[in-house]
Amino acid sequence: MTATLGYYPGCSQTGTAAEYDISTRACMAALGIESADVPDWTCCGSTPAHTVDHFLAGALAARNLTQARKAGFSRVATPCPSCLSALRTADARLAEPAYKAEVERLLGHPAPEHVDAVSTMQAIWEQAGAEGVRAHVKKPLTGLRVACYYGCILNRPPDLMAFDDPENPVVMDELLRACGAEIVDFPFKTECCGAAFAMPKLNIMTRLSGRILDMARKCGADCVAVACPLCQMNLDLRQGQVNAATGNDLRLPVPYFTQLMALALGLPDESVRLDKLVRPLEPALEAARARASKPAAGGVAPKEAKTCA
Amino acid sequence: MSTPMRTPIGPIDIEAERDLAFMAAVAEQSGQDLKSCYQCGNCTAGCDYSHDYDIPVHQVMRLVQLGRRDEALSCRSIWLCATCQACTTRCPNNIEVARVMDVLRHMARAEGRTPERLVKTFADGFLASVARHGRVFEVGLAMAFAILSGKPMQDAGLGPAMLTRGKLAILPHKPGGEGQREVAEIFRRFREGPRHAPGGTKTTAAPGGEAAK
Repeated sequence: MTATLGYYPGCSQTGTAAEYDISTRACMAALGIESADVPDWTCCGSTPAHTVDHFLAGALAARNLTQARKAGFSRVATPCPSCLSALRTADARLAEPAYKAEVERLLGHPAPEHVDAVSTMQAIWEQAGAEGVRAHVKKPLTGLRVACYYGCILNRPPDLMAFDDPENPVVMDELLRACGAEIVDFPFKTECCGAAFAMPKLNIMTRLSGRILDMARKCGADCVAVACPLCQMNLDLRQGQVNAATGNDLRLPVPYFTQLMALALGLPDESVRLDKLVRPLEPALEAARARASKPAAGGVAPKEAKTCA
Repeated sequence: MSTPMRTPIGPIDIEAERDLAFMAAVAEQSGQDLKSCYQCGNCTAGCDYSHDYDIPVHQVMRLVQLGRRDEALSCRSIWLCATCQACTTRCPNNIEVARVMDVLRHMARAEGRTPERLVKTFADGFLASVARHGRVFEVGLAMAFAILSGKPMQDAGLGPAMLTRGKLAILPHKPGGEGQREVAEIFRRFREGPRHAPGGTKTTAAPGGEAAK
């Protein structure tokens, strides 16, 4: 094999977030970033595992680090922040002898050597960067006002994740700006969306996702770009539930940042999969086109956003 | 949401009521220096869940410092923490607060305390799905949760949007090789122990053991 970067899709990307997987792979290929799947990968354990037991969480994640190592990867990229957090946590804690011993008992084999797990956003940033993206843009997202929403754990805690700024991350902003989009000043970049509480505690999710969507609207965004399958599901699929709970009538599209990139790179529809979004992106693209055709129309509402932040 | 915030700390005899074994166990299992918390409240200020907690996170930390085991392990907050890591990120003393919350939840689980039953039901259901398939089967998890939660219609309205967008995978997406069996083995060994004892108490009950049945 030629690729030295392993790719770990994560469970959501085989189901509800298939478009994240598809558009991520397509963008990486278009930007010349080679990778190959971690063979026979399994669930990383995600949040439920560490809330039940830290050793179980470590073993479920470490099995995948083992698979990566067996395939010759010392670096693995995943689109999902929850997978990333699980893989990095396990890798870091395997340096503790007592922790490692119990994880090895659960695994039934020696723990893997160190694997550097990174987000696919980080891989794109480090291997292509804003300049690399800009060089490949064929259909710039001119006029499209985007709120970049990173979610809670993509860059946190900073000692563990070691990428971008934990309070004001900018990498997604820079990548989408390179695609020609207009990035709105969005103060809720890392606020929590309610995560996996949508099923057990719907009222918590609707309150937290509701204020994120509302802030994006107040900032004048046409859409909210995301990097997490759970954030996307809460903000898009469950936007109707959010509206019902908050009394709003928001209709904000919530594409993955890789879908916007794929659009800008001029990739075919089957690599973008906008048809998977519940809130259609087309009205946002229409607004952007209208804005681009008569420049200096302006009219965002940043003042309102500042008083509400 | 309507649950009033408790006032956990009334007049107390600090020395008489503190549980030293509990304090040591939380410190050991979380790997955190709990003494270094000086109650600045930064964790609570940034917590997106303070609104729903019965005890704000900095007070949970204080309860642990005081060795007030029963109050710390019976609160709802430790079940409502989403591990968003805002507290850990912002702690001026570098305490991994979210990891402390995790450890308290492990201890509460081991004692069968579940003030937020559905949160536990969801986590157990998720892990049961992983134990069975090697990966999470989202549709199976959602269906099982709908039945066990007693709220079968809560998400029924999402069905049409998911169906028309091909977001409902009817069959589990399984790993191709030995992954499914190896994950099942991890869960089997986890259930068998030997257990590290949460809460410093001797227990034979594996926390989350029922998750993998």
